[in-house]
Amino acid sequence: MTRTTTVTFERHPGGYRHWKLSTGGDVAWLELDVDADGGLVPGYELKLNSYDLGVDIELYDATQRLRFEHPEVRVVIVTSAKDNVFCAGANIRMLASSSHEWKVNFCKFTNETRNAMEDATAHSGQLYVAAVNGTCAGGGYEIALACEKILLVDDNSSTVALPEVPLLGVLPGTGGLTRVVDKRGVRRDLADVFATRPDGVKGRTAVDWRLVDELVPRQGFREAVLARAKELARTSERLDGEGVELTPLTHRYVDISLSPDEATITVKGPEDDGGWLLDVTRELDDAILRLRTNEPELGTWVLRTEGDPAKVLEHERAVFDAKDCLSNEIVHYWKRTLKRLDVTSRSLIALIEPGSCFAGLLLELALAADRQYILDGPPIDDEDSEERASIMLSEANFGRLPMGNGLSRLESRFFGDPGHVTRLEDERGKPLSPAEANDLGLVTDAPDDLDWEDEIRIALEGRASLSPDALSGMEANHRFVGPETLESKIFGRLAAWQNWIFTRPNASGPEGALRRYGTGQKAVFDRKRV
Amino acid sequence: MSTKIDYDAKIPNNVDLSGDRRLQRALEGWQPKFLDWWGEMGPTLRTEGVYLRTAVSVGRDGWAHFDHVNVPDYRWGIFLAERDPDRVITFGEHQGEPVWQQVPGEYRADLQRLIVIQGDTEPASVEQQKLLGLTAPSLYDLRNLFQVNVEEGRHLWAMVYLLHAYFGREGRDEAEGLLLRNSGSPDAPRILGAFNEETADWLAFYMFTYFTDRDGKYQLGTLKESGFDPLSRTCEFMLKEEAHHMFVGTTGVDRVVTRSAELIREHDTFDIAGHGGIPLEVIQRYLNFHYTVSLDLFGSETSTNAANYYTAGLKGRWQETRRKDDHKLTDAAGSLPRPRADGTWGTDELQAILLLNLDLREEYRADCQTGVNRWNKILDEAGIDFRFVLPHPGFNREVGINSGHHVTPDGTVVDERTWLAGKRRWLPTPEDLTFVRSLMHPVYERGKIASWVAPPRQGINGKPFDYEYVYLS
Repeated sequence: MTRTTTVTFERHPGGYRHWKLSTGGDVAWLELDVDADGGLVPGYELKLNSYDLGVDIELYDATQRLRFEHPEVRVVIVTSAKDNVFCAGANIRMLASSSHEWKVNFCKFTNETRNAMEDATAHSGQLYVAAVNGTCAGGGYEIALACEKILLVDDNSSTVALPEVPLLGVLPGTGGLTRVVDKRGVRRDLADVFATRPDGVKGRTAVDWRLVDELVPRQGFREAVLARAKELARTSERLDGEGVELTPLTHRYVDISLSPDEATITVKGPEDDGGWLLDVTRELDDAILRLRTNEPELGTWVLRTEGDPAKVLEHERAVFDAKDCLSNEIVHYWKRTLKRLDVTSRSLIALIEPGSCFAGLLLELALAADRQYILDGPPIDDEDSEERASIMLSEANFGRLPMGNGLSRLESRFFGDPGHVTRLEDERGKPLSPAEANDLGLVTDAPDDLDWEDEIRIALEGRASLSPDALSGMEANHRFVGPETLESKIFGRLAAWQNWIFTRPNASGPEGALRRYGTGQKAVFDRKRV
Repeated sequence: MSTKIDYDAKIPNNVDLSGDRRLQRALEGWQPKFLDWWGEMGPTLRTEGVYLRTAVSVGRDGWAHFDHVNVPDYRWGIFLAERDPDRVITFGEHQGEPVWQQVPGEYRADLQRLIVIQGDTEPASVEQQKLLGLTAPSLYDLRNLFQVNVEEGRHLWAMVYLLHAYFGREGRDEAEGLLLRNSGSPDAPRILGAFNEETADWLAFYMFTYFTDRDGKYQLGTLKESGFDPLSRTCEFMLKEEAHHMFVGTTGVDRVVTRSAELIREHDTFDIAGHGGIPLEVIQRYLNFHYTVSLDLFGSETSTNAANYYTAGLKGRWQETRRKDDHKLTDAAGSLPRPRADGTWGTDELQAILLLNLDLREEYRADCQTGVNRWNKILDEAGIDFRFVLPHPGFNREVGINSGHHVTPDGTVVDERTWLAGKRRWLPTPEDLTFVRSLMHPVYERGKIASWVAPPRQGINGKPFDYEYVYLS
């Protein structure tokens, strides 16, 4: 995959090429109907409802709109608009022809979308139900796995399958293996049989092995699925409230500037704008995605903020205290966007300077970074100024915005000293000076105005000289301390294995399974186990 | 392994079933389910005895025995062609290696899938033809229908034997599944689309046995090349039986055309509907429909699965050993005609190994053409200026690169409106179907035949046309 395609992430249901979203009452239908000629990049055909990044970007857009624009929707039915095929998974020719970083980035994004579906079920009372109405393989089954319930058509031929190991020599990269055992509780020996069978499992066996929840007759399938969805809708705890339309992005609050080695992301705080947090979240989310996908060589992201910390906290309180659907969605969206940052394979450096507003929920940006530097002195370009940098803790830093490992960023940061987090609770709402921030362990260093520029330059240049692969590995290890969760396993364990397998000759060498797939020739394996 | 068929066994066979108690038990467990299925889904018409052919040996000489048999008592069994102990795999990456007598572990899923799909088509046609006995044009035709039906049932047995003998518990489950799916069933339809279409009248039956069973011939022909020897030998013997089905189709359409030609001459008009004959245009529309639906059975023109099966040695090409190439096809190229959005045809150059379905389809197309030539000869000899035409392979397709395009029978790519406007001229209309059905009155009297079809030139096994082929109750 050459970088001739600049990927954008803004979509609108009116322009979807691959999905049909229809709402009405408490149940929404999300139907996959992939346009085979509508691939994001030339060179492959999206046959049999197989998908590429473009298809998943639309799915992501749909999940977002369902949460924000449709407070009335309590159950989302994911199904296929095509006959006899639910989804054949990620397009193999696309994967085989993609560069390593494209493949990995694709897997990461698709995982984040699946997680967002699960997050909607867990935190918004918007339950996803997979209505599997035909062959469902690989990534297709992974879409189903992200749903709370999986209904399978009982036509004596439709199967669910994870054929990556036997057919492609890779792993089901969108959390398949992990979700099978960790989420659905499939017995490990049965999971082993399942994941090594290219033809999958159908009917009663699929139910018995817990691969699906229920069988539904083919005749009257949609009606039966809808009836089931209506039942589930009654159990939903979705909050009431007005929806809000996700209008085209305005790029008011997030600014990106690029230099040869790094990207600087500047996040602006609120003025008197009640819609600030939603806008800033959408813009930051979009910025992360575009940088990840289109600028793979910019290995370091510098995170900055500009604005009034008091206004950040004021806005935060207003959103956190409101107990309506929209406010709930905004908080969880900010949480997911921070998680996206956590799993981004870039060195993240937060620069806290006078005029910045790393307070409360915006301080999480700094805490998500690998290092934090705070300037202990006047602004570099105005040494007479009285203005000094500070940071502020708030409720947002103590559990409302957990990372993928289930811990707050403070709990992760002070994993070796849990009592410290308790002590920090007393500091909430106070502006903390550079010296205090440093003493409290909230920053890496607090250089003064004489040293600042050199220190930052050396830190950034030093970073750029290191092996990007080693950095990705090191950062991911340091960021996710402590316990494992479904998410951390998918992004850490599974992704690391997949990353390794993707570069191995057995998968992506000229005679590897992924490269040979579709040529009619069989893969040649190096039989040594590593 | 003996090739003599043991008819004393509960399940007639030439695979020494009594020597394999486990397999015998498994198949004897399946047998009553099969008979239940036959009772429920098989021919509706009850008879006292049908003059049926039963295989007695799989060798070259005198393999069949003819006698009146009560249809549900037909001795379905397991017959494999004789084993050639020196047989080697003739294509793919195992070329030159001895054929497998057991399923290789790495190909288990693929082989099972191939056998299940083949197996699923066999009982389907019995189900599709369930009601035809009620409207047979003669006792001779009725007998042929039952012969085709019992042999389709026998072919189901052939695939079930393989599933039971070589695929363990899963194979047994799949064998049961073959009886649980039913043609046209809204809940559990047959796997391939053509086998869920209705065979509502006898013209459709002749077309089906000519075109759709001929697909079966080509599929079996490729499986006969398989490196998995039991599959190869099973299919080899099935091909022998299949030939009769196509004979029914070929001569059936012959006889319809012959009768129509007679009526055209007699009344000096092509409009013979009022005279109890089927107009040639209606026959052409039936031909168009059944041919194109059968083309869909070959699958997508480019197929990774077919390529994988070939490389693995599971499924070869038609008459693989007669082909003059390396039988690996890793370096060969082929071209694929593709309709373009602007209404013209383009050609894609592709690896030959990805075009195996197209290769098989082309063999089939050429074979189908011989039938059309034959029917045209009848018209020619009758001095009638009308010619049947095999439509372009892009016409009326639901599967492969032509699906989604509008291609006329002569191969012109047109827009949707033009296509819809022409559809009534090209495919059977509801009026055509109603009309043909209106002709379908049973004729069960010895030596008599319906108005719309000519009697056969010869009877079965040297018997005259007016022989009592079927004893009706």
